[in-house]
Amino acid sequence: MNTSGYISRIFGTSPVRPLQKHMDKAAKCAHKLPKLIKASYQGDWNRAAAAREKIVLLEHAADDLKRDLRLSLPKSLLMPVSRTDVLDMLSRQDRIANRAKDISGLIMGRRIVFPAPIQTAYLEFLERNLDAVTQARKSVHELDTLYESGFRGAEADLVVEMIDELSRLEDQSDELQIKLRASLFAIERDLHAVDVMFLYKVIDRTGDLGDMAQRVGSRLHMMIAR
Amino acid sequence: MEQAIFYIILAALFALFMAWGIGANDVANAMAPSVGSKAITIKQAIIIAAIFEFAGAVLAGGGVTSTIRRGIVDASLLSGQPELLIYGMLSALLAAGVWLLIASRFGWPVSTTHTIIGAVVGFAAIGIGVSAVHWPQVGRIAMSWVISPVIAGVMAWLLFMSVQRLILHRDNPLKYARRYVPGYMFLAGFFMTWVTVDKGLAHVGLDFSTLQANLLALLVGGLVTAVGTFFMLRIPYQEPQKREFHFVTVERIFGILMVITACCMAFAHGSNDVANAVGPAAAVISVAMSGDVTQDAIVPIWILIIGGIGIVIGLATYGHRVIATVGQNITALTPSRGFAAGLAAAATIVMASGTGLPISTTHTVVGAILGVGLAGGIAAINLRVVGSIFMSWVITVPAGAALAVVFFLLMRALL
Repeated sequence: MNTSGYISRIFGTSPVRPLQKHMDKAAKCAHKLPKLIKASYQGDWNRAAAAREKIVLLEHAADDLKRDLRLSLPKSLLMPVSRTDVLDMLSRQDRIANRAKDISGLIMGRRIVFPAPIQTAYLEFLERNLDAVTQARKSVHELDTLYESGFRGAEADLVVEMIDELSRLEDQSDELQIKLRASLFAIERDLHAVDVMFLYKVIDRTGDLGDMAQRVGSRLHMMIAR
Repeated sequence: MEQAIFYIILAALFALFMAWGIGANDVANAMAPSVGSKAITIKQAIIIAAIFEFAGAVLAGGGVTSTIRRGIVDASLLSGQPELLIYGMLSALLAAGVWLLIASRFGWPVSTTHTIIGAVVGFAAIGIGVSAVHWPQVGRIAMSWVISPVIAGVMAWLLFMSVQRLILHRDNPLKYARRYVPGYMFLAGFFMTWVTVDKGLAHVGLDFSTLQANLLALLVGGLVTAVGTFFMLRIPYQEPQKREFHFVTVERIFGILMVITACCMAFAHGSNDVANAVGPAAAVISVAMSGDVTQDAIVPIWILIIGGIGIVIGLATYGHRVIATVGQNITALTPSRGFAAGLAAAATIVMASGTGLPISTTHTVVGAILGVGLAGGIAAINLRVVGSIFMSWVITVPAGAALAVVFFLLMRALL
């Protein structure tokens, strides 16, 4: 006999846990970057390669989670948030992992080492972007409580505050990026031209991390504001 | 006379068999919102189900039983040959039992109510003649199948919206949960008692005046609220710190409400679904005892008791496992959601029982869950599965009818 009871079949998979797990993976992936950068500063390319490998693995793991969640969200689902919101949020989260992989690939591929005068400034800039990623991850972890409260009330206010904080972090990272570019500009004449091009590229991609984190937050904001 | 005793024993056995099937399979669907929310343990769910299914069957099961017994078939056409009604009702029971067994074997979402109504209409229309069916009554029943999930859905939607407005959206949900949950407790106790006393008990020979019904409902509602509040106050209250909403504690408070809802649901299910087994048996027994198809006595209470016992045996032998699996598979319903769905479904079903309308418990529960979903309470509901459950009666009614006709023709030839 059938023991599952057909009523249990009307419940689809809640996207909350998978979204959070995916965000955890993406954030973890990005947070491996400082290790790689520090190894590059010391010229320890073995350790850098190990960090790069971890980043690639985590990016793949995030991809798998992304695929699973997409498959578990058929069009016939009735959800308190729209399917588009969930899927869009997912792809924004995924871009964080992708960017981290890009950056690690650039650095490893060309053995890029930041010039000594701007090494600390770059690390600080990277950390600030990672702070934004962490803040986005925390906001995504409020999804349980948001679902519980029906996306309104005091809990929604709290999440809006968290997203505001995320924007502030992003603003700070933008300022750091401007300063970092200025410092690089000041010394670029003494460096190899192609290397300089790629340094700018790495800085750009690093800034993207914070951007993506902020976009995750703004999608969350849209879910609440609906 | 020996013939009559044979028929009575056969009818009681068939009724017991079908009630067993209902207890084994159907109760799990009725209890789904309660066990899914994890507010009660599986063991508690089974004990609650056993007690309240039985109480519902005996106290409020009379209305629907008499509808199935003599509301559908125009017995006056059969006054010359009462054995035809006996064969028909026996074959309807057998057909429903067999069809439900097949359906559960394959996991099809079928309703016991749809099967038994299809079977009774089938044997009457084809075995005796189209004019032997009270079509207006059948029409009313079919209408109620469409309306009951809608009513349950709207009620669940309203209940859950009120929970959000009054409690979940507040700055301090815990404080407001403690303030308003006793109100919902009262609502549940009052409404269920009021409908039962006002409508259901007449069929078992007890008649209360409206005033008495109101007073009794007030009393039961007050009692339920008092006991519920006592347990609620044992849950410690924490003043919320910054950025804490204590939703876990809020859900524990709703958990107490969920226990009350589970009782209501088991009671409602017993009051409506036991009639599916007992109604045809009651028809057989009354004809066999009197030899007359048109007599108009109330439903003998011992038949309702047999139905209640059958359900409890079904629960004890098989149903507890189904309930356990359903409980593990449904994680989406927290007590605040499960309560809204469960209470709306229970209220709809007990109202239908009071009016004597046999409705599908499963469909009503699904309608109520959908209502909570539309209010934004459930993370994900698979509408395709919902659709297939709602459409299942399109196959179930003819299947029950066809099987009943086959059994009817066999019995007429053999007995």
